[in-house]
Amino acid sequence: MNRIEKAFSLLKENNKKAFVPYIMAGDGGLEVLVDRLVLLERFGATAIEVGVPFSDPVADGPTIQQAGLRALENGTTLKEIISVLEKAREVVTIPIILMTYLNPIYAYGINEFVKDIRQAGVDGCIIPDLPIEEEEMIAPQLEEVQLELIRLVTLTTPLERIKTIASKGRGFLYMVTVKGITGERKEYDEQLYQFLQLVKQVSPIPVMAGFGISNKHQISEITAYCDGVIVGSKVVDLFEQDDLGELENLMSIFKQESNIM
Amino acid sequence: MNTYTLPNEKGHYGIFGGRFVPETLMKAVIELNEAYEEAKNDSSFQAEISRLLKEYVGRETPLYFAENLTKHAGGANIYLKREDLNHTGAHKINNAIGQALLAVRMGKRRIVAETGAGQHGVATATVCALLNLDCIIFMGEEDIKRQSLNVFRMELLGAKVVGVTSGSATLKDAVNEALRYWVANVDDTHYLLGSVMGPHPFPVIVRDFQSVIGKETKAQFLERNGCLPEAVVACIGGGSNAMGMFYPFIEDETVQLFGVEAAGAGVETDFHAASLTKGKPGVLHGALMYLLQTDDGQVQEAHSISAGLDYPGVGPEHSYLKDSGRASYFSITDHEALDAFQLLSKLEGIIPALESAHAVAYAIKLAGEMEKTENIVVCLSGRGDKDVDTVKARIEGGK
Repeated sequence: MNRIEKAFSLLKENNKKAFVPYIMAGDGGLEVLVDRLVLLERFGATAIEVGVPFSDPVADGPTIQQAGLRALENGTTLKEIISVLEKAREVVTIPIILMTYLNPIYAYGINEFVKDIRQAGVDGCIIPDLPIEEEEMIAPQLEEVQLELIRLVTLTTPLERIKTIASKGRGFLYMVTVKGITGERKEYDEQLYQFLQLVKQVSPIPVMAGFGISNKHQISEITAYCDGVIVGSKVVDLFEQDDLGELENLMSIFKQESNIM
Repeated sequence: MNTYTLPNEKGHYGIFGGRFVPETLMKAVIELNEAYEEAKNDSSFQAEISRLLKEYVGRETPLYFAENLTKHAGGANIYLKREDLNHTGAHKINNAIGQALLAVRMGKRRIVAETGAGQHGVATATVCALLNLDCIIFMGEEDIKRQSLNVFRMELLGAKVVGVTSGSATLKDAVNEALRYWVANVDDTHYLLGSVMGPHPFPVIVRDFQSVIGKETKAQFLERNGCLPEAVVACIGGGSNAMGMFYPFIEDETVQLFGVEAAGAGVETDFHAASLTKGKPGVLHGALMYLLQTDDGQVQEAHSISAGLDYPGVGPEHSYLKDSGRASYFSITDHEALDAFQLLSKLEGIIPALESAHAVAYAIKLAGEMEKTENIVVCLSGRGDKDVDTVKARIEGGK
């Protein structure tokens, strides 16, 4: 069992829900990355998604676009991110998942990338512009070294396709909660909760909800229907504003022994 | 050559092409493919396109023997396929009509599109006015400044033009925003992509709708001369007019295919748009293609005097044709394009679009290397009215 599977099975034993924060590597400089990962683990994160900046992030809203631009202006590269993560692995025990668009991986060299992230102790990847139709170019290589390719389903994914994706899935299934890009949302489509239930029913692996989640109220509503949440733009914002108190507050329910709400 | 059947069912042209889009769009992309496959074989759909192309666009466009230009070049005969004479002044309308009719057929009444110079935006806004569809055009703020008249044209036609300030605020960023808009409004919106790029099936759809250029050229040339030309030449940004010209000739081995990219200030500088000459395979906007990028896989900004060629990628089928050797790709600098712009205006009384001036510039060089008995057809993809301000400023600035 790898780190992601272990983390989720431990949560299940303890009747807990998962919280996976997203941060943009290189935002604020790569030198703060390890400290931020350590802090997020201390605040109760189940796993951490580490974003790789990309010049053309079509699935992302303004907050993450801006964070990516800041990281690129700092000269952040995928190679450096991987080497910082290797150092982070000495002090961070929870799973680390790289979230990156395909082109930085393609330019790096797919086999080289898989070899290097495994060496660095990364546990999996999320590639938002790689649908299952195209995943043959990297999925077998990841599988061979037991790294998880986290797959996404969305509100527009038909049921049969959800079943197909879920059955290929490893680690957890990423359920995108909005028709749209990342970033805070005031409210969710009414269909969402029904849809989450449906996805939860057909998925053999844990279901994590993400996109647009920014407050405790949304978190408690959504986690009633799935195994946990992924919070990106809000976490990026709080780091940018250096409001660590609010970040700890947002994550506080996940530190309790049992957080089933 | 064997029968050419690309792309395969996954939209791959060798290693190129594919569907590299967020999962939210996969349903729409798959449905579009099904709808297109069905429409393609529906004679009433094809008849409606043909009717509009004839009665509304003014096709067929002439194939014109440019005798003065031929004399100037001193070699092969140069013919111009006059796409500049289409309604709205460029080839873009061929695709806009086809895709808008397809959207109506799919029950989608809202159209989103990107535009660089504004030619595709104007063509899309025009067809949306005709078919009473809602129309939203994303355009980089830089391009809005460069092409303010086209912005007014689109608004006059009833479109909403949204300025894009992210990234370099040009065509690439307009595509990003159009894709984001499509992700958020995919249920009732069709993305009317303007070139042979993006996720499958867009490169096929745009190629097929633009193939009217090559089909007419072939028939007209045969009728006039009883043979096929030795070469066809077209400019390439994303590559739609070139693909439309090349595709009907692809199995005619005796016809050489030449694509002309924008070399901007020169391919040895950092200011060009020569993706095939200087780029590496990479993934952007849904497809694997030749792409201008850094060693770390960050997409670079393209530079060209012609806003329509100012794009860091190039269609996946061109990427394939380059690697397979079936087509050859060269580049022309801003300076050479400006010279050809003025030359064609003076010699033939035809003011070409700056994009098309790149093809003219290369054709003049090529003609000089060929025999006087041989023939070249240049796709004159658009008219230059939109560019006279830019050219005037450059000429006066250079004095």
